[in-house]
Order: sequence, then structure tokens, then C-alpha cells
Amino acid sequence: MARKRWTFAIALMLVLALFAAACGSDDGGSSSGDEEFKIAFVHVGPTADKGWSWAHDQGAKYLEANMPGVKITTLESIDEGPDSQRVFEDLAADGNTLIFGTSFGYMDPMLAAAENFPDVTFVHATGYKTSDNMGNYFGAAEEGRYLSGMAAGERTETNLIGYVAAFPIPEVLRGINAFTLGVREINPDAEVQVVWTSTWLDPTKEGDAAQALLDAGADVIAMHQDTPAPGQKAEAAGAGWVGYNTDMSEFAPNGWLTAAIWDWGPFYLTTAEAVKAGTWKPEVVYGHMADGMVDIASFGPSVSDEMQALIETRKQEIIDGTFAVFPDPIVNQDGVEQPLGDIFGMDFFVEGVIGSPKS
Amino acid sequence: MNESVLMLTIMAAIGLGTPIVFATVGEILAERSGILNLGVQGMMLVGAVAGFWITFQTENLWLGVLLAMIAGAALSVIHAFNSVTLRVSQIVSGLALTIFGTGVAVFVGRAGDIPLIGEPSPAVFNKPILPEALADLPIVGPLIFGHDALVYLSWIVVAVSSFYLFHTRPGLTVRAVGEDPASAEAAGIDVSRIRYIHVMIGGALAGLGGAYFSLALVPSWLDNPVGPAGWIAIALVILASWRPWRALWAAYLFGAAGRVSFTFQTLGIAIPASLLAMLPFILAILAMLVLTSGKRARFLGAPAALGIPYFREER
Repeated sequence: MARKRWTFAIALMLVLALFAAACGSDDGGSSSGDEEFKIAFVHVGPTADKGWSWAHDQGAKYLEANMPGVKITTLESIDEGPDSQRVFEDLAADGNTLIFGTSFGYMDPMLAAAENFPDVTFVHATGYKTSDNMGNYFGAAEEGRYLSGMAAGERTETNLIGYVAAFPIPEVLRGINAFTLGVREINPDAEVQVVWTSTWLDPTKEGDAAQALLDAGADVIAMHQDTPAPGQKAEAAGAGWVGYNTDMSEFAPNGWLTAAIWDWGPFYLTTAEAVKAGTWKPEVVYGHMADGMVDIASFGPSVSDEMQALIETRKQEIIDGTFAVFPDPIVNQDGVEQPLGDIFGMDFFVEGVIGSPKS
Repeated sequence: MNESVLMLTIMAAIGLGTPIVFATVGEILAERSGILNLGVQGMMLVGAVAGFWITFQTENLWLGVLLAMIAGAALSVIHAFNSVTLRVSQIVSGLALTIFGTGVAVFVGRAGDIPLIGEPSPAVFNKPILPEALADLPIVGPLIFGHDALVYLSWIVVAVSSFYLFHTRPGLTVRAVGEDPASAEAAGIDVSRIRYIHVMIGGALAGLGGAYFSLALVPSWLDNPVGPAGWIAIALVILASWRPWRALWAAYLFGAAGRVSFTFQTLGIAIPASLLAMLPFILAILAMLVLTSGKRARFLGAPAALGIPYFREER
């Protein structure tokens, strides 16, 4: 008798749990029609994060609006790692002809899925592996980072800027270094203190890391992760904030300076059109400000008109190709000049950064 | 900067520890009555979303607190029903509660005309409530008088529940039910009623802890503002050996461990950040290993009937 009740209760709970889970997902049903061109997006965080995944989702919406007959499936909060292969294969089996994965950790699982589904095109963001039916793409965020660093350099009075960093990989190091170079163009005495959180999306930790930096005397906070939590802490402390990915000014109306932001839409559209036309080739795409993939967000109230004008000038120089964010040779953290090397394998900090580039 | 690193770390420990204090004390009350509830994570998340939702609509933080407690308690009734009335495995029911609560929080965050997800909270618990003159005192000022209202509420909750458990007759009754429900019933105590009530108090406090995340620590909604706090709370119950005051210190220790990983980096102390990030969890695991080995758990105060379904007819 006890067992019977037990079974009943567990069954009930599971049904309820499944119901709740089903409600939470926004994966539309799959009615298969030959006419529609099915594209899927897989994101590591919720598309409402107002950060990384949100920016990609805006790109997907642009694609949807500009390509007739396209049917887009979006999966959000999909963990990186081996299980994501199953997610990619499910999407491929479901008739999607083009699948985008927008986080670094999807690289190997996607490569494995691509091998099992040779007729489906896979495109991976931020990685470095390609195959016959898998390409990858990313953009020169460092161009926007440099410009946002200029605004931070103007704002700081303590000459200490806090940088809440995710993982010590080249992408993140490029961002920190470009930001610091921008800061020091304006304010050669300012330094950038880096704190690693080992997270992409954990508001509690990222907010607390920002708080630790503010406690250490930083009066501007910059960041890499996908949540606005560091900005909320900066706002509460009356400090400045440089965001990332999107215009997050609503989270810190006073502290907001600006941010390096993304516009993925045109890339998604050209990729989808190439796949549909059969002209797509597996290649490594690295977009720039000149392509419109990278930009800088609106300026907050404390960025002076002169600085805005200077940033606009520098932006134009970057677009025209007359200004390189990273000089070669480059002065490293120890004050020693060294060759720039391959920026996709960047593993050092430039002069002016405090912290370890190895986490 | 005239505040020392130590002071700032203690302040951070109190801030980061407060939600865990609520959840841990709540779980202590439930476990003292003999019910193990592994659904803390789910109850915290439901509390976090409920509190955020009503505050988002009304900008009233105290309504948020109230609804968070109601939501946490409401979810815990499912567990009380499963484990007290149906007498199912408390472990399975508690885990199911966590899965269910997580799903509810994600669902509620995306439902409605204006989904909560991605929105900042219009009001935040971040203002000290005591007169500024007190908070300006050296050292004790910020440490004792410089907190937001919920920190003081957490201290009251700890003091009251400790007094209740160990110095009142109803508290003695709760402990009796957790130690030996059969004897307690023979003495005329309604075991089921006591257990229902304390599981629900535990749920309300977990919900309140969840709201501290969504209304104070990370005042915005993004599926899970709580992190793994619910699981930490369950581990800290053991570290605190089922005593509320110890739960307070344990939660603060955990909060400090979280902050230390960042503070060390700003001080240039060369320990890998990834290692430091593990510190709180290593601490919790070590505490559990040391404290629960052999017969020590019993000695520490684990209720004897904890997690065991009570069948009157099998006495």
C-alpha cells in the first residue's frame, strides 16, 4: 500500500514537472513542409539576457524579417558540452538545413554532429574548427572595446578601472587588451584591474566580482559576461560602467558610458542566402566595424561631447583601416616590447593591466 | 579607501550569506521535525520569481517579501503532503520539488504580457534602514548598523528560531517529533500537524531567501538568480549541526569564501581564480565529510527520525 502511494505521488510530481518544463520552452512544433527553409539557433543563455544571446537573437529576428519563407527554431539555455551534440542532431533530424551555435563550448559537439549530418550546414560562433559542412564566425569586438576604453579613460578619477572577466581565452584577452589600450590613449596613468569569474552567465558571481573591484577602489567597471549585474553594482556605487554585447543603459542610466556591441543580422542573412543558393563554403568569417558586425553603443550622460567626437574620429579611422587597435610590436604587462603575434592565440596582457592572463 | 579589506570581506559575507541564512534556518526547522526537504532550490526559485513579479508590478518590496514567503510555503505543501500524508521517499519527493520549482520559475519569468525575463527590478533592498549616524561609527557602524532591512530580519529569524527550538515547550515538541515520532504521538502530539507546519515554515523561509537574490543581490530576472544556493543551504544544515546560530556563521563563512576568490585577485595573491572559485564548495564538502562520518552525525544533533516516513500502524 505504501508503495502504491509512492508510485502515485512520484508520477504526479513528474507529470507536473514535465508540464512546467514544456511550458517554459519556446521550441515551436515542427510541421514539415518542403517549401519552407528551416534554420535553427542554439544559444547558451536565455535570449532575453540583454547580452550575448540577446544580440544573436536580434540577428535571427533580422534574418526572419528579411528572408521570405524561412522558419526559425530557437533553443535557449542549452548547456555547452557533450550533450549539446544531441541537441544539434535533433535539430538536423528535424529538417533544419542550417544550424547556428552561438557559444564557444559547442565547437566539438557541433563538429561531431556535422560529421553525422553531412547534408546540413553548421555554423559555429567564436570557435576555430571547420569541416566540409561546418564554418565558423566571429567579429573584431576589440575594435569596439578600444573605443569603449576611451570613454572609461575619460571617466576614471581614481585611475583604477575594474574589469569583470569571464575565462582566460584569446577572445577575452583581446577584449581586455584593446580596452586597456583605449583607456591609456586618453589616460596613460590609468590601470585596469582584471578579476576572473569563470562564468559566462552567473549574475550573483559577476555582480559580486564587480563589487570586489569597486571595494578595491575602481570607479569604472567593464565586463565580458552576458548579464547586466556588474552594471547594477556600479550604478549603486555611483561608478561608471562599460557594458558589452548590447546597449544595456536601462540597467544603469547614470553610470552607463558605452559598450562594444554586435550586429549579427546581415551576416545571418547572407549566410542563409548562400546556403539556400548552394553557394555556401565552409570558411572562417571574422567581421569588423567596417562590415557593420561590430559597433559601439549609445553614449551615457557622463561622456563629454569632445570625447564622443574623438571616439567617432577613431571609429572612422578603424573603419578606413588607418588605425590598428593592436600595435606591432606591442608592450606587454611587464613593460617589455614583444611581437604582436597571432591575435587569435593571444595569451598575454598589455601594459596597464593588473592581474594574471592565466586566471 | 579607509575601510580595510577585512571589513569589506565581512560586509560581503553578510550580504552574500543572508539568503542562505534564511534557507538554512528554514531547512533546520523542517529537519528538526523529521522531514528532509531537498526541494530548497525549487522553493527558493519560486520565492525569487514570486517576489520579483509582485515587486515588478507594484514597486513594493515588502509585498515581494510576503508573496515570496507564501509561494515558498505553498510549494512546500506538496512535499509535506508527499512525505507526511503519503509517506513517500522524502529524497525523491524533494528532488522532484526542486525540478518542479525550477520549471515554475522559468515559466513564470516568461509568461505574461511583459515577460519578467531580462527586466531590472524597479525597487531594490539596498538601503541601510538605521540612522546614518549609527552607520558612521567606526567598525561597528557598517558591521552592525549599515545593513538593509532583510539582514536584520534574518538575525531576528535566527534568534527567534533558536529560542523557539531550544527554550520553549513547542520547540521541545518539534524536536521530540523529529527524534521519536512514535513516543511523541503516545504523549498526545499530532505528529503530522507538527511536520506540516514546519515544512511550510521552511518553505516560507526558503522563498524569502530566494527573494533576497531577486530583490537585493541581483535585482533583475534571468531564469535563475539563485545559483546553487538551495543545495548549499542543505549542506550547511549539517555544517551547522541543526542549530540556527551556527547556520548564521556557516552561511557567512560561505559568503566570505565566495568573495575571497575575487578579493585575492584584486590583491594580486597568486592563486588560480578557478581554484578559488571552488573554495566554497570544497569547504562544504569537507565540512560534510568531517562532520557526518561515523556516529558523529548523531552526536551533532541529526534528528533520529530524519527522513524516515512515520507509519502509525507499524509502531
